[in-house]
Amino acid sequence: MSEKQDVTFTVNGDKRTIRVEPRRSLADALREDCGLTGTHLGCEHGVCGACTVLVDDQPVRSCLMFAVQADGARVRTVEGLAAGGKLHPLQQAFWDHHGLQCGFCTPGFLMLAAGILERDPNIAEPELREALSANLCRCTGYQNILKSVLAAAFEMRR
Amino acid sequence: MRWVGRPLPRYEDPVLLQGHGRYSADLAQGARFLRFVRSPIARGRILTVNAPPETPMITAAALGDVKPICPRLDRPDCVAVAQPILASERVIYVGEPIAAVISDTAADAEDLAERVTVEINPETPVVTLDQALAPSAPLVHEAAAQNTLIDARFETAGVVVAFTSADQVVEFTFTSGRQAAMPLEARGAVAAFDTASGRVTLSASTQMPHLLRTGIADALGIAESELRVIAPEVGGGFGQKMALIPEYVAAVWAARHFACTVAWIEDRLENLTASFHARDQRLHLRGAFDADGRLLAIDADILCNVGAYSNFPATCGVEPLMALADMPGPYQLTEYRARARAIATNTCPMAPYRGVSRPVITAAMERLMDCAAARLGLDALEIRRRNLTAEFPHTSVTGVVHDPGSYREAMEAAAQVIDIAQFRTRQQTARSEGCWLGLGMSVFAERTGPGTPAFAARRMVMTPGFERVELVIDPSGFLEARIGSSPHGQGLKTTLAQLVADETGIAPRDIRVVAGDTDRTPYGWGTFASRSLVIAGGACKLAGTKLRERLQAVASQVLEAAASDIEINDGRAFVRGTDLSIEVRQLARAAYHQSHRFPAIAETGLSAVATYDPYGTFSNACHIAIVAADGATGQVTIERFVIVEDAGQLINPMIVEGQIHGGVAQGIANALYERVVYDDAGNPLTGSLSDYLVPTMAEIPKLEIQHLVTPTDASVTGAKGVGEGGTIGAPAAVLNAVSDALAPFGVGIFEMPITPQRVLHLLREAERKAQ
Repeated sequence: MSEKQDVTFTVNGDKRTIRVEPRRSLADALREDCGLTGTHLGCEHGVCGACTVLVDDQPVRSCLMFAVQADGARVRTVEGLAAGGKLHPLQQAFWDHHGLQCGFCTPGFLMLAAGILERDPNIAEPELREALSANLCRCTGYQNILKSVLAAAFEMRR
Repeated sequence: MRWVGRPLPRYEDPVLLQGHGRYSADLAQGARFLRFVRSPIARGRILTVNAPPETPMITAAALGDVKPICPRLDRPDCVAVAQPILASERVIYVGEPIAAVISDTAADAEDLAERVTVEINPETPVVTLDQALAPSAPLVHEAAAQNTLIDARFETAGVVVAFTSADQVVEFTFTSGRQAAMPLEARGAVAAFDTASGRVTLSASTQMPHLLRTGIADALGIAESELRVIAPEVGGGFGQKMALIPEYVAAVWAARHFACTVAWIEDRLENLTASFHARDQRLHLRGAFDADGRLLAIDADILCNVGAYSNFPATCGVEPLMALADMPGPYQLTEYRARARAIATNTCPMAPYRGVSRPVITAAMERLMDCAAARLGLDALEIRRRNLTAEFPHTSVTGVVHDPGSYREAMEAAAQVIDIAQFRTRQQTARSEGCWLGLGMSVFAERTGPGTPAFAARRMVMTPGFERVELVIDPSGFLEARIGSSPHGQGLKTTLAQLVADETGIAPRDIRVVAGDTDRTPYGWGTFASRSLVIAGGACKLAGTKLRERLQAVASQVLEAAASDIEINDGRAFVRGTDLSIEVRQLARAAYHQSHRFPAIAETGLSAVATYDPYGTFSNACHIAIVAADGATGQVTIERFVIVEDAGQLINPMIVEGQIHGGVAQGIANALYERVVYDDAGNPLTGSLSDYLVPTMAEIPKLEIQHLVTPTDASVTGAKGVGEGGTIGAPAAVLNAVSDALAPFGVGIFEMPITPQRVLHLLREAERKAQ
């Protein structure tokens, strides 16, 4: 294996330096080097979106990005959504509207939705549906995920 | 205050929403990793397995006398086959484990596995049903002549007469593509050896921890007490995770052998190609109808491509035998002939998958109804009115007893919601503009919560069915419910807490449901067959009643009142008609720490155990879909989807609707999108989610749900299961709708998935025939 490299980035506001092989994915670095196992791996080929995190506010498939590419970046994961002991409006809405069942795709959907709503809090339903179709869920038939994100968007606009 | 019937938010959620859930892969920190070397060849003889020197490799020889997996049915029409943990002489499907390497990281283990070379002398495989059934077909298993693992038959006396006297005989062949359950979390496990006790704790992504313990202990020849199996958070199962698999046996063996912690985390390629598949079926169906559209008889030849091995404990009988018994569904008919076969091929083995056979047989039966209606000039509602059962209990021609349901009522209600007359007008207008709209329905029974009688009828040597529940109040007054079922996304910890709360008077927030740990829960069968709410829920109610009586006994003594006058509500015991009351937590203290005062509960303390083993209960529903088919691209879009469901007493309506949503989405996937494809050499071609098309939010329409509630005494809670109905009914409704849309071209659909390519192909065929 090629030599390990230092990566310095902020994760959920904390500055961290980790030492990783260049081939290490950002997902593996978050899970194994940072101990943040809330980011899940569903396919490791960039289709399911369970590993979605925000890199400099953009939703990113962390299984398709190398950790070394995140050097200097600001990374946010599901563990950083709740603040001060209070759930993020998206988390609260998913709870209120049964937006999850097994919970495996949930962190990815939460981060995808956070990225979408931060960019456009007024996004219309058809565009939201299109944007959320980036990720896969096998349990919910997507009904309550859409409902939850719409409810959170409403709450976040207030 | 009653908790049952309320859409209580789930107790499971806060942890999952914050990323604190612990799934199997999250427990692998510090473990050594196993990576399996799998066969790249569908059928052949293994010549050599070589690894560079010093590679820590496990082969069949190393495993020594570890026993193969060999599930059994006690029936003469069935051949049992054994699946080795690691193949040593022959491989019989692509993906079959041959060896395993072990290393300190997952990436290194993957690198090591790539350096293992396997020489196999390839032989011609059998991949399809036709290849397996050809007269001189090679045999997947020497013991199974004609590659037939099960050949089950059923026949009533008057079938031939019924067909001779029929006014109409409708006949077709229906095929279902092979599907993968595709839980978002693939399989995986961490096996940790404890030096002090000599035990192994296996945390595995499973639906059945107790059965896994039994199966692994038997394979390794150890006592079950040597092994603890935990199902941590499980990221979906849908049936794929209710089987013993070679990988888990190897992981426990390795943890014991190397005296360390060993992890195996399946990747998506392995999951899509080498876990389990389902639904690869072909039915030849004939239905005899009289001139009034009454179904007189069915004659069905059911072929299930079950792949290379038989799954444990359900066996490869799960699809053919379910089809054989449940084909008639909710329709009244007196004559039935069927032959159901499990056919072995050199493909990935089949396991139960949400719905088990019923998505396919329901689609075939509902196509039969629509085809007969068209022949007889009846509409889709009318022919079903004339055939659906309305008298309960209804004993089907195969002897399956259906408890009260609302088959006709659900259909009429769904028809009203969707407004069929208005649709027909719109359809006419659209057709004149070259838009092809169609409406299709399905009416079906969903057998749920089957207990031992149902599985004994199938003659499973390991006969699932009962569930046991232990309720224990601790000295601080909190209640723990320990269940043998093993939920993985169904919200069972919430719904069971609601049931227990109503029985005991202890609020759900003070109830902790413990599941998925063989050290902490009574032996149970796990979560599958829409059984957990019905059976574990029933046991919770029965145990809850006993526990309430024990609380009343303690309260009666403390409050000096008759036990029959004690009411318990929201954690407090009251003497009816007085202002005397005491908190349950005070009663709990007294029961533990002044036990000498309460001889009435000397034996049990504040605990209760109950076991429930019902016959089973039937949910029912009607699905109606409206689709638009694009004649130029072959694309089918679902415009509306209405579900009228009867699941009896709803414990938590929010969770019930969630189950229907997810089920329908998987049914739509079956009807329109998903298909596992093999090439002629038995290579799986759908090894990624770019090839195996799971629908996204863009493909699944808004689902409109209405509930009917038919009381039943087939379930002590009045609740019927609801886990599979969506998946069972949706394909039939969609296929009938596509057929209706394409009726002007003379095209009917008798296959799924009906992809754009297939729609275009059928349209071109029809055009050619017309010329």
